[in-house]
Parts: sequence; C-alpha cells; structure tokens
Amino acid sequence: MIKARGLARRFDTKAGPVDAVRGVDIDVAEGELVGFLGPNGAGKSTTLRILTTLLQPTAGEAVIAGHDLLKDPAGVRRNIGYVGQKNGSGQDQRVADELEFQARFYGLSKHDARRKVAGLLDRFDLTGLEKRGVVTLSGGQQRRLDIAMGMLHDPRLLFLDEPSTALDPQSRRNLWDHIKQLKTDGVTVFLTTHYLDEADYLSDRLLVIDHGSIVGEGSPDELKHRVSGDLVVLGTPQASIVASKFENAVVDGEKVSFRIPNGDRALPGLLRDLDNIGVELHSVQVHRPTLDDVFLTMTGRSLREEANAA
Amino acid sequence: MLRDTWLVFCRVMLPVLRNPVAIVFGIAQPLLYLGLFGPLLGEGGWQWFVPGLLVQMALFGTAYAGFSLLPEVRTGVMERLRVTPVSRVALLVGRVGKDVVLLVVQSLLIMLAAMLFGFRASPGQMLLGLGLVALLGIAIGSVSYAIALKVKLEYVFASVLSASIVPLMLLSGVLLPMSNGPQWLYWLSRINPLAHVVDAERSIFNPGSVLYGLISVAALVLVGVFYGVRTFNKESA
Repeated sequence: MIKARGLARRFDTKAGPVDAVRGVDIDVAEGELVGFLGPNGAGKSTTLRILTTLLQPTAGEAVIAGHDLLKDPAGVRRNIGYVGQKNGSGQDQRVADELEFQARFYGLSKHDARRKVAGLLDRFDLTGLEKRGVVTLSGGQQRRLDIAMGMLHDPRLLFLDEPSTALDPQSRRNLWDHIKQLKTDGVTVFLTTHYLDEADYLSDRLLVIDHGSIVGEGSPDELKHRVSGDLVVLGTPQASIVASKFENAVVDGEKVSFRIPNGDRALPGLLRDLDNIGVELHSVQVHRPTLDDVFLTMTGRSLREEANAA
Repeated sequence: MLRDTWLVFCRVMLPVLRNPVAIVFGIAQPLLYLGLFGPLLGEGGWQWFVPGLLVQMALFGTAYAGFSLLPEVRTGVMERLRVTPVSRVALLVGRVGKDVVLLVVQSLLIMLAAMLFGFRASPGQMLLGLGLVALLGIAIGSVSYAIALKVKLEYVFASVLSASIVPLMLLSGVLLPMSNGPQWLYWLSRINPLAHVVDAERSIFNPGSVLYGLISVAALVLVGVFYGVRTFNKESA
C-alpha cells in the first residue's frame, strides 16, 4: 500500500540547511496498522506530509495506494484519507456542511454526499450535531469530525498525524476504538504518535524514527524483546553494595536499578541472597520492558523525557 | 475545475448568507463617506465622487479578503483541503468569487443610496460601473489571498496591507482631484494604475475616455490572477 525509497527532505533555513528527513524507506502492506513513532522534531510529520502530497521530497520516490507520488499526486490524493495534526474543519462552518463539501470535493454528487454523511454521523457519534457550528464542538467531537472527513470517500489507506494529541483520556480511548474499528474494516492505517501507550495499543508494527532516519522496526512485542531483561528497582540504604553485585546497575540516591532476564521469576532468589549478606530492603519493583525502554536502547534518549519537554 | 470552483465558492459563501447582516455592516463606511464627506463637494460633486467611492470600496473590500484565509491556514483547514483532489486554482478562485459577489452587491446598494443624494446613472452605466469594480476586485482579491498564504501571520499581513493600500488610495484621486496638486504629485498618480481605474469609472458616469482605465484594470487582473494562481499552486505543492 505504501512503498517508499530514500525519501528525504531538506529545508533551507536562515541558519543553514536542515535535513528533516534523511533517506527513509517505508513498506506498508494492505490492511496493516503501522505506527510511526519518534520524539518531536524527529521527522515524523515531515515524512507524513511527503507521503500525503503536501510536501515535495528533495530526494527519493514512492508509490502510494497504487499511484506514483511524484508523477501522479492527484491519483494519490483520490485514494488516500488524511487527518492532520490540527483541526481541519472551518470555525465558521456547520458540521454537516463541512462533511458534505468534503464528500463533494471527492467527486460525490450532492445526493450521494448527503447519504454518505448521514451514515458517517452515526458511526462517529456525531448524530445530533449536524446543525451545530464547528466552533461549539468539544475537542473530542472536533477530532471525530476530522476523522469522519478523512474517511468520507472510503479510502483504502488512511494517514493520521498525532490523532490523540490534546484529547482527554476518555476521548482518547474512544478515538482508539474508532481507529481499531477502521482496521477491522480492512483499512490500511499509518499513524504518527509520540505516545508509547498509543503506539503499543494500536499498532501491528512500529517504525521508529529519530533525527530523520528509521532506527528500528518491528511489532511492539518484537521491539520489546530486543531490550534484554526486565527492569528491577530496589530501594535500600546500602545502594552501593547492591549495585556492586549487578552488571550495569544504576544508583539514584537510595534506589538501585538494573536489568535481569525473567525478572519476576529471578526475584525471590535474588532477594534471599541479598538478605543473606545483610542488605536491608524497603521497596521492590519489577518493570516489563516498555516501548520507552526500546526507544532508549535504540537512540540513547528517553522518549518520555522528550514528550514531557515538548 | 469549474465544479471545484463552484464548491469552494459555496463553502465560503454559506456562512455569509447565514449572517447577511454583515453585508450591511460592510457598507457602513462608504455610507459615512457618502453622507459626511460627499456634501462637502457641492451640488455637482456627486457624479464625480460616487465612482471614486466605488473604486475605494473595491480596494478596501477585497484587499482585506486575505484575512479570512489566515484562520484556515493556521488551523488545519487548508491542509485538509489540499489533500483532497480539489483543484488548487479553485481554492483561490472560489474564494475571490465570494468577495467579488459581495462587492458587487454592496456597490449596487451604495449606488442606489447615492441616487437619493442626487447621483444620476442609467442602468447601462450602472452595469458597466459594477463590471469595472468587479474586475478590480478580482485582481486585488487574488493578490490579497496570495500574500496572506505567504505571510501567514495576522500582524504581518496587516502591516503589508496598510503600507500598500494607503499610498495606492491617496495617489488615486478618490477623494480629491489629483490635478489640484503640484505637478510632481500629479505625475506620481499617473504611474498608479488605480488612478486610471478611478478615471475610467468616472468616465462611465460622465463624458470621458475609459481606455486607459480598461487597459490598467486588464493588466491588474492578468498580473493579480497570475500571481495568485502561481502562489496557490506552489504553496500547495
């Protein structure tokens, strides 16, 4: 559904050229739900803008939904849906009007557009809001309207750019259900996110991007397996003694953390050993590897810190 | 193309039709000129003043049109539209169409109001006068949207506008005849295409030649639409 080779984009800024995307290869099969994960500024949105014809690549080529990105951008546009990072509905418009015009921009007749919109309103929980001004909608409602607009022409391939940004937890969960439903309906979905839980919950496969290059690829589980072992965190006043017993242990005040394979099963024996040498413990935690750990191992930076800093 | 333009036109026209009071507010300013400035020109002043006022409406009415695009650029509306197969040219022309239709309606209202004061015009003259105003509106509206798309920020756009509109208006002889001033000021006004459009608009309602004005407005439409279309095609690459 997506086959991209060597996509690159350089921006000329006053401070000199910036390579936002440096030679990215992407393959997405029909029906896949692929998450594109990376910190802010890693090149996610730029790549997405290239794939959706909004931005010309400075190098590379791609075939999207059966159409050549450079030679037939109009063909690509007809066959993809796109939901951008920001709200795509006009503030002075009404919900049903925006949907209807969107359908007609894809070539539907007025009659067909009406019928199509009626069906989508229900599917995206927008029934009853038809006559409402866009400006009066809640954040979650606007987001569902955006997705409905992206889906109006039944594209086989849908691009979502940071779909759950700025949503409250409940709206987020609701949005995730909608996205999962799209996959069940056979739509190929390509979404960017810098939320690990989102990538983990939704994606069949993940592409990890950092500094404009793909640094890792695989299903969430595969990627997590690449991190060797579970993270064990022990709270003890004798942190340095404990740290000396394990490889690559990190001491942070009265906390020692290190990785061991199968942490849950290894822990009882480990605690007995520490007790035998007289180490006093006041807390024990075991963490399964998360995508953040994956990201940390791949890039040396924590995605969570990036997300918080943003 | 035509269908796309019509759809874009309808999309931006709909909120205006829902709130037609805004059209009336749009003519508040020219009405004030009509009532509070026009009488200063004396009994015979109307034939001379009203055509200039119409050109001024075209200038102000469409130069500010770009402001309506800025929120759509800042939110994701333009981006969303640009991923649809809709023609890039239609995204511009449909919008300009809305502004020109409003301009023509407002100009007609002002002409009719001016007739109460003593302005005289035949239906044919009114039609020609509106046509010229519409052409000028197309040219200026296209440029306004293109500049808005480029600068993207309200405060930058506002300063670009005031820096260009005020000299254009002062040097067009809308309010007072340029021939009243010193020679250098008169010649400066001659290189302002808008001054020729004002002259032509006056010649429609008075004896005189519309030739230079027609040439000016044709050139303005060509340059304005070309620049607008090129910008919309490029920024939408």
